Amino acid sequence: MKVALLQGGRSLERGVSIRSGQRVTEALLDLDHEVEVLDLGPDLVGHLDKHRPDVVFIALHGTEGEDGTVQALLELLDIPFTGPGTAACIRCMDKSLAKYTLREHGLPTPDWVTYTEAAIRDFGAATTFGSAVKRVGLPLVAKPASQGSSLGVKVVTQLEQIPGALITALSYDERAMLETWVGGRELAVSVLGDEALPVVEAIPTDSNTYDFSARYEIGGASFECPADLPDGDAAEVERVALAAYEALGCSGFSRVDIILAEDGPQVLEVNAIPGLTETSLLPQAAEAAGLDFNAMVQRILDLATA
Amino acid sequence: MAASPPPRRQQTRAKDLERYASLFAKRTRVMRSSAMRDMMEITARPEVISLAGGLPDTSTFPPEAFAAEMTRIEKTAVAEVLQYGPTEGSMLVREQIVEVMAAEGTRVDAIDVTVTTGGQQGIDLITKTLIDPGDVIICDAPTYPGAIPTFCSYEADVRQIEMDADGMRMDLLEATIDTLEADGKRPKFIYSIPTFQNPGGVTLSLERRRRLVEIAREKEILVVEDNPYGLLRFEGDPLPTLYSLDGGNYVVYLGTFSKILSAGLRIGWLVTPTPIREKVVLGKQAADLCTSTLTQDFAGHFFQSGRWREYVDELTAIYRTRRDVMINAMAEYFPHGATWNKPQGGLFIWATMPDVLSTEDLLAKALSRNVAFVPGPNAYVDGRGASSMRLNFSGVKEDEIIEGIRRIGQVAREMLKLYETMTSTDEMKLPPVEREDPS
Repeated sequence: MKVALLQGGRSLERGVSIRSGQRVTEALLDLDHEVEVLDLGPDLVGHLDKHRPDVVFIALHGTEGEDGTVQALLELLDIPFTGPGTAACIRCMDKSLAKYTLREHGLPTPDWVTYTEAAIRDFGAATTFGSAVKRVGLPLVAKPASQGSSLGVKVVTQLEQIPGALITALSYDERAMLETWVGGRELAVSVLGDEALPVVEAIPTDSNTYDFSARYEIGGASFECPADLPDGDAAEVERVALAAYEALGCSGFSRVDIILAEDGPQVLEVNAIPGLTETSLLPQAAEAAGLDFNAMVQRILDLATA
Repeated sequence: MAASPPPRRQQTRAKDLERYASLFAKRTRVMRSSAMRDMMEITARPEVISLAGGLPDTSTFPPEAFAAEMTRIEKTAVAEVLQYGPTEGSMLVREQIVEVMAAEGTRVDAIDVTVTTGGQQGIDLITKTLIDPGDVIICDAPTYPGAIPTFCSYEADVRQIEMDADGMRMDLLEATIDTLEADGKRPKFIYSIPTFQNPGGVTLSLERRRRLVEIAREKEILVVEDNPYGLLRFEGDPLPTLYSLDGGNYVVYLGTFSKILSAGLRIGWLVTPTPIREKVVLGKQAADLCTSTLTQDFAGHFFQSGRWREYVDELTAIYRTRRDVMINAMAEYFPHGATWNKPQGGLFIWATMPDVLSTEDLLAKALSRNVAFVPGPNAYVDGRGASSMRLNFSGVKEDEIIEGIRRIGQVAREMLKLYETMTSTDEMKLPPVEREDPS
């Protein structure tokens, strides 16, 4: 099959994207596909239209690659591509929209409020911080509405910390959220096709509960797959994850991040195109399900071209 | 746009990760990657104006001078430059290093010079030679960001001493040494860039240079003087190197051709007392046997021709103009409350934003406008420097410097305005928020 692989791009996750792309490219070559590696640039559309690959493998993360920009172009060009479609990407990338959608489907997600930079700058939204805190409680998590990594995320324990935390979050996106901080086990459920893969648990090695930066790096957390969960919890986590995936309209593959609190699972966000590096959670989960990396990549291609 | 796919290689499976993780040495835990470093990958895109690098402007090197050296090598030295060389470095290069150091008034004997593969290897070798896990290294605050991973990989206990306009503060240095002594610890060495410091841009005053050398003698602590930029002076009188004040008893000297000729040739050097040199040479043997014979031959003959003096003068003139362009742009575009220094030489300006701004966050915002710099915390081991940034003026053309500074100033002013809006409500009439402990 003639595969065009998109990697790099202009988002803050360019580095991860290049590593994802390299790993997937190796797998595609192993599977005897013909691969052309492309970065986002002015000749992207012209090049794709001229060469008409059988399928585009999108190994992009973050803005433009994961937010529906590239997906909409490919739908227009009528070229099949991997992962979720435009609408699902838009919903997942906007964490606030994703949470509204989850709520509409009766799915559990922590309380939150969203602020745009414009609302704060131009319409006096800062006078509502007190009521925001009343609604979501303390501690809360301030985060940009549309970043995939831990960048720009801060935990707020007092009202006075909100301006500083929002300045940080708004450095990464024009919208920021204040979300109830929920303690519990950190789980990631990858979905491939319509099947939930074994649950991965991130167990932080640092004792600091509020340190997010180390979680998803080797040494910062240890990962257990499948997570050691009681049968009832595992089934409930899986049910909620699949329901979230469907509610947001995902297809192909995605990853649902969940906190398993005392009163049950809470969906934090859904990553439309999660990392595909050797250390990423989706490949780990696929392997636990008996799919090695190559088989996983082939399955993603099959889902895109079915 | 299209790149050829990488070759096939052995694949890692998820279950291998744990196996590898159990094999890693403990020191690799401090070498982990970060989302912040990933972020810097965008600077590779051509549309990004990067004020983040520490690059000399090699576009000014005359191609005919390059061709002349290569022709000479082709005619007279092919077999020699394709061969191994002595671990200490070629005698020609060591003799030229003596000349270059003499230009700054520092007299050394060629026999005491060890050629290294860039100044960075010099830092690595001296640390490897002197530091056991837990040993204390004292350095400037902020310090050269590239030294930190080296110190950490040898599991050093790094203590940073604040600088002011005259460089490292000697009162704080002495207090730190006293505190360490009280804990039964003696620092192994003090690492400092006394002239046009990276990233601070400041120069250690003559008085403090004398005092630092005295402290080294009194306390029997080595000083590692890193001097990559000393010859790139735009104004003011040259100051004696620490090495020349001390005579090479307690001061180890680190030099490099990277900023005065080429970073790509990878030639630096160490000047050390003989007992240390012997260990350093053993360490270098273990690391790479010798620095490239080809690049040593190139550099040795180029310096021997004497043309380097003129070339350094040219570079200095270019960098002086660029520094002035950057300073003027900062005065025009940076927000009220931002501060910066005017370095008398070197490659960098250190700027500090009003303290409610974190430069790591500001970098994210600046990258969305296609401009990059180094956030201050990269120059500290403990997360300090949150509102500061290092700006490079040597590797970027004047119009791009102005545009880059304009964009940084714009995003900084936007964020400050937003912060003021948030904190001026009745509910929020509060002093600036203290940032969380970044540890």
